[in-house]
Amino acid sequence: MTKSVHPALIALTACIFLFLLAPLVIIIGAAFSDTTYLTFPPQGLTLRWFSNIFQIEAFRTTAITSLQLAFLGTALSLLIGIPAAYAISRYRVELPRWLSTLFVLPILVPEIVFGFSLMKSITIGLGLPIFPSLLIGHALLVLPYSVRVVSASLASFDFSIEEAAISLGCPPLKTFLTVVLPNIRAGVIAAFILAFITSINDVSVSVFLTGPGISTLPIQILAHMEQFFDPTIASVSVLLMLVTVAVMAIVEATLGLTFLTK
Amino acid sequence: MTVSLSINSISAHYGKTTVLQDLSLSVGAGELVSLLGSSGCGKTTTLRLVAGFLQPTSGTIKLGDRDLTTLPAHARDIGLVFQNYALFPHLTVLENVAFGLKQRRMATQERQQKAGAMLERVGLSGLGDRLPGALSGGQKQRVALARALVIEPPLLMFDEPLSNLDAKLRVDMRVEIRQLQRANGTTSLYVTHDQEEAFSISDRVAIMNAGRIMQLDTPEVLYRKPANSFVARFVGFENLLPLRAIQREGVLVTAEGSGGARIALSQEDFGPIPDSFVLGCRADGLSVQREGNGLSAVLGTRTYLGRAYQYQCTTPAGDIVANGALSEPLAAGSAAVLAPVPEQCCILTPEK
Repeated sequence: MTKSVHPALIALTACIFLFLLAPLVIIIGAAFSDTTYLTFPPQGLTLRWFSNIFQIEAFRTTAITSLQLAFLGTALSLLIGIPAAYAISRYRVELPRWLSTLFVLPILVPEIVFGFSLMKSITIGLGLPIFPSLLIGHALLVLPYSVRVVSASLASFDFSIEEAAISLGCPPLKTFLTVVLPNIRAGVIAAFILAFITSINDVSVSVFLTGPGISTLPIQILAHMEQFFDPTIASVSVLLMLVTVAVMAIVEATLGLTFLTK
Repeated sequence: MTVSLSINSISAHYGKTTVLQDLSLSVGAGELVSLLGSSGCGKTTTLRLVAGFLQPTSGTIKLGDRDLTTLPAHARDIGLVFQNYALFPHLTVLENVAFGLKQRRMATQERQQKAGAMLERVGLSGLGDRLPGALSGGQKQRVALARALVIEPPLLMFDEPLSNLDAKLRVDMRVEIRQLQRANGTTSLYVTHDQEEAFSISDRVAIMNAGRIMQLDTPEVLYRKPANSFVARFVGFENLLPLRAIQREGVLVTAEGSGGARIALSQEDFGPIPDSFVLGCRADGLSVQREGNGLSAVLGTRTYLGRAYQYQCTTPAGDIVANGALSEPLAAGSAAVLAPVPEQCCILTPEK
């Protein structure tokens, strides 16, 4: 049995997709253009802008920094976020309401303000080196995602399961690791992916915390664009898109995409 | 190994609210005692205190000669059966049952064999490889029961274990729980809000209200001889009439209530009757008749119960619910007498 769909709805959907995808198509097109400036439609066809990425040392080093920050920052945020989410869900009655709001503040505060205040406090105030500053910044930036997504998955967790394990002789910490954690696995993975993507794409917080010698890929892209308005930027963007698509493909293949919306 | 549980004047508070006040209770070795009451009466709090999920503000809890009061929950060695089963969703049925044995560091082969044998005892052999999600409610509760029993705990506790099951299964399961509990001779504490369930399964029942035990007795005594008006109402004495003895002639006592309502009661049927008392009557405890000896009343709405007619009656002493014979339906508005039926009545001392 097929449902009939109104033609206007089909047209509207097509327009939305066009609106969402057109900029990406233009970027992809521009990345292959055989010109020294960004243009669309592409004139000629070349891969030299892709090879150019690898010839610019700064792209490679900043990409590594970005990946390190994304992995470590996300891991750090989960290390804080999972216990925090657990405590917020488990002791919902006993703990004050504002506590869960506290953990989402980094998203609520304008990112520019957040980045600036981090620079004032950690880099200038504490005088920490650049990489640790960036790491703290990124961990705090993605902490709301860790807390919220893990909380959402704990919301459907039945805490009497935990009590059952304890009553059977399993100590609390072991219960958390062997009974609670396996049952919120989906939430933890989803939180990791969201936090990772947020971290690797971040500009507004990083721009305040990067400094001489250490930068992140998005900041490097901006810096490069200020000097050379050539299609290299477009090819970097295409590569970033491919990485995102690859991550999503892995999620789809292993867990199914619907799992991110659970 | 059967030991007794003794709870000595424990109190519990949530913030400033007192949930339990000086509650004492002992469950003899091999005995099954139920805590019965409506929600918020403190029955679940009591169970959670014994389990170690809550800490009492005062008092002690002892199991045999072991003091549990300050022992962490995982070291108490108590089998727990939850209302919502609380099975581990990520483990198979067999792994669920073997979980407690694994914590006791029993060898893999031995614990699988033991868990398998326990599954067989609760009638679930062959389902060991399934995940809990693939089981029906009744099967889940059997797994939960097997999981609690397999560790051979000195104390078993049940927290409304049958509330999520349908009526037919509830009756089957409670018989089964009772059989297993008897066979193992395990001291048990059972929490429920269902009177029929508590009375059918227990050696003794504690009726609770507002953090206190109102009466702790065998179901038979509770049903026939409630100690106070709360318990009387709880076990179905719908009508409570405060009365005063105004005349005594041999065994016959004439009592008067408010509004000048009078009723004659024989001490041969009711036992000794004090000067001031409360007469508790079930709807069946006052028989609606056209004439005879009893409380005079005007009949109101009549409803059909199948075995009798039930009347809303107005008497000088207040509104009363009473039943009358099917053979003699009486019209609303007619005058009648309510004759006491001793077996369905009780005499209570008035409360201050």
